[in-house]
Amino acid sequence: MSVDLEPVIDSLKNEFPQDIIDIKEYRGETTLLVSKERIFKICAYLKDGLDFTFLADLTAVDYLEVKSPRYEVVYHIHRFGPECEENVRIRLKAELSEEDIEIDSVTPVWSGADWLEREVYDMFGIEFIGHPDLRRILMPEDYEPFPLRKDFDVRNREASKRSFEKALEEGAD
Amino acid sequence: MGVNSDPLLGGEGFLTTTIETLANWGRKNSLWPMPFGTACCAIEMMGVFASRFDLARFGAEVARFSPRQADLMIVSGTITYKMASVCRRIYDQMPEPKWVIAMGSCTCGGGPFDSYAVVQGIDEFLPVDVYVGGCPPRPEALIDAVIKIQKKIEMQGAPLV
Repeated sequence: MSVDLEPVIDSLKNEFPQDIIDIKEYRGETTLLVSKERIFKICAYLKDGLDFTFLADLTAVDYLEVKSPRYEVVYHIHRFGPECEENVRIRLKAELSEEDIEIDSVTPVWSGADWLEREVYDMFGIEFIGHPDLRRILMPEDYEPFPLRKDFDVRNREASKRSFEKALEEGAD
Repeated sequence: MGVNSDPLLGGEGFLTTTIETLANWGRKNSLWPMPFGTACCAIEMMGVFASRFDLARFGAEVARFSPRQADLMIVSGTITYKMASVCRRIYDQMPEPKWVIAMGSCTCGGGPFDSYAVVQGIDEFLPVDVYVGGCPPRPEALIDAVIKIQKKIEMQGAPLV
């Protein structure tokens, strides 16, 4: 799989010489570390220039006390092809620090990113600039913490109880 | 209740009872369940309603998907706090008298989900009459719970309003 990706990576390197920070390969999967300022341009180029039409997943990781910057937003992008070797997948990562927890939304590129970005916002509190409707998607809308952050106690039900009681009061009308 | 077949009193026989006992006899033998299925326990509950286990044998086969027409709520499946307010509202919409079965480990006490999102037992917000443990419980266990509800209705009943 990685062999087939060479032209893609060369093309990306030509187009964005400053913004491909690191390239890692592990068990046939290729991961590019890119600068978060250019994530929208890189994604748009991958889709329009290199035919990566499918965003398979968009998620985030919290590396609290493991490394700095703390957060990484992860993009799994797929290209379908009539030939087997054209059917490739690439992973992009963009680092976000705790102080500047914003990144450009890629929803204008792949509309499927809409709910995925809402989920990342819901769980990690990462703001996606330019997202059409950035609201919580799983937790109640008035819920305050971000549950997948590593400094959140997963057994802490207090915020959930508050949202539940508020929902009960609103329903009583 | 007592049976009297004295020919002086009509010959065919008649029953003496109280209105409340008669009403409770009717209630217990025609429970109308409101299935509140949120997870895998609901599959087992469907098995209870279907022909192999056949809850109709106990008069409780008329699963009503409207709380307005039900008097037995079977909560089967993990209840999250987001779902809990819905569950409570549906319970409030059921007419009195009404009973609740908590089916499965999740509804009884949170099950394996000791997490920020899951209610640790629906008795936090609902008055539960019968708890059925298991993950999921066997259909026989749910039938046993329905029979326990029937016994409860028979012994305690509910006032006629």
